[in-house]
Amino acid sequence: MTAATGTLTRQNGNILARVVAGVGRSCTEIVAGLGRFGLFSLDMLRGLPEVRIWFPRFIVEAWNIGVGSFFLVLLISGFAGAVTALQTGYQFSGSIPYYVVGTLVVSSLILELGPVLTALVLAGRIGARYAAELGTMRVTEQIDALESLGRAPSSHLIVPRVLAALIMIPALTVFANASGIMVGWWAVKQVLPVTNMDFTYGAQYYFRPWDAWYSLIKSFFFGGTIGLISCYMGMNTKQGAEGVGKGTTGAVVTSTVIVLLLDTVLTKLLLNT
Amino acid sequence: MIELRGVKKRFGSQVVLDGVDFDVREGETVALLGPSGTGKSVLLKTVIGLIRPDAGQVIVDGKDVPHLKRAELSELRKTIGYVFQNGALFDSLDVYENVRLGIVDESKFKDEKYARERVAQCIKLVNLQPDAVMSQFPAQLSGGMRKRVGIARAIAGEPKYLLYDEPTSGLDPVNADIIDALVQRLDQELGVTSVMVTHDVRGAFRVANRLALLSEGKVVMQGTPQEFLASEHPKVKAFLERDFDNTQFAA
Ligand SMILES: Nc1ncnc2c1ncn2[C@@H]1O[C@H](COP(=O)(O)OP(=O)(O)O)[C@@H](O)[C@H]1O
Ligand SMILES: [Mg+2]
Repeated sequence: MTAATGTLTRQNGNILARVVAGVGRSCTEIVAGLGRFGLFSLDMLRGLPEVRIWFPRFIVEAWNIGVGSFFLVLLISGFAGAVTALQTGYQFSGSIPYYVVGTLVVSSLILELGPVLTALVLAGRIGARYAAELGTMRVTEQIDALESLGRAPSSHLIVPRVLAALIMIPALTVFANASGIMVGWWAVKQVLPVTNMDFTYGAQYYFRPWDAWYSLIKSFFFGGTIGLISCYMGMNTKQGAEGVGKGTTGAVVTSTVIVLLLDTVLTKLLLNT
Repeated sequence: MIELRGVKKRFGSQVVLDGVDFDVREGETVALLGPSGTGKSVLLKTVIGLIRPDAGQVIVDGKDVPHLKRAELSELRKTIGYVFQNGALFDSLDVYENVRLGIVDESKFKDEKYARERVAQCIKLVNLQPDAVMSQFPAQLSGGMRKRVGIARAIAGEPKYLLYDEPTSGLDPVNADIIDALVQRLDQELGVTSVMVTHDVRGAFRVANRLALLSEGKVVMQGTPQEFLASEHPKVKAFLERDFDNTQFAA
């Protein structure tokens, strides 16, 4: 009896110890990972002065992102605008003045749907591209080759990519906002007897210039994070084709989750709710 | 001078280098032999600071490689040409741009005329036709051509040291001989100091002044080709016998 309880507690103790050790290990791993990510970001800053090296590559990357995602972003935010308008129409009861629809469509698009949908689309596209390109360069020793020539991966590879994401995601967000609002405006007229005057009046009445800044600031954060995380995951790809696959999905998933987290945090901080 | 003293490196629980001592004197060509998977590439990468040893010293040109500052390391690397095992060409750039990136001196790199001439010269040195390959992309080249372009890139910056990681593996005998001859020529004419990792014993004997055998994490022997042939060390004998009939060379 006592012997049995003895073994039992000892087993419990072992399990507990293992759980504690496991939690400890994952905590140290997370902290170490964050540390490495921080160092990586600092290292990128060191590449910034070499403008002549990164600028041409930055133009190419930015162009690729713009051309590759422009219509997709317009399409997605257009549909989001239409759905917002239609749902507003569905929920409308006669007692609310029609011009409020303008307010609703414009602020949902600018505050949330435009920047977040754009960031999510680009987290997929940029995340996969950067991580696959850099991961392939890592496993085929192209990054080692660059370093062996005394050249810095930060100015040749990282700065142009991160800056392209940092600039192009806000730029695309502006177009996404515009497209969503236009399509929403058109759609709302199909379901409610709202005039153009009502819509523009509502859009302007509650509009605060800060909202537009908020939309841009948020998308700058999204752009920077997506660029940095995807490059980090690509640069740290493990050997083999399997490594590249893992790095790529890892970059997309991590960027997506971080975008959603950042969205919440930034909303709390910037909108003072 | 390249000097490795007691260099140790492990990946997780796998010990790859277990106290390597290895020397390359000025102007010499040393062939580093060893079965595949013994850490020859890892050793070569510690020399240019791509891999940091866990313990021991790596000294190149009097500089303590693992402890160099970023800028110093980058300066040192510009004096070393590294030929990667599979070429490691930049796939987004054509052959011309690949080789041009090997011109490590910034003012020469930017001098369009110099760069054109130097790239063409280096491509000819590795027995390729500049006009035919310059505008091709790495994906369009055969494995052997990629390797040779990799060599062209490594020599474009007129390095003082050349590190070759299996420059002839996977090449047909004719091209392997051309590369061996090229290694010899660069060493003799330009006074380059080089290390050639290889498991081609025949090529090693032809090209190198000295040989070193890496096995189970240690350099088990360093010496001249004659000393290798005369050696009674069981690992040396086993390695030499496995690859070729050495009576032919003794004759
Ligand atoms: N970056 C790395 N991470 C983990 N293991 C590695 C790494 N580089 C090399 N290794 C391992 O070290 C051993 C020696 O590799 P290598 O130096 O490439 O051998 P070789 O003598 O054929 O050139 C191999 O088992 C390889 O798996
Ligand atoms: Mg190797």
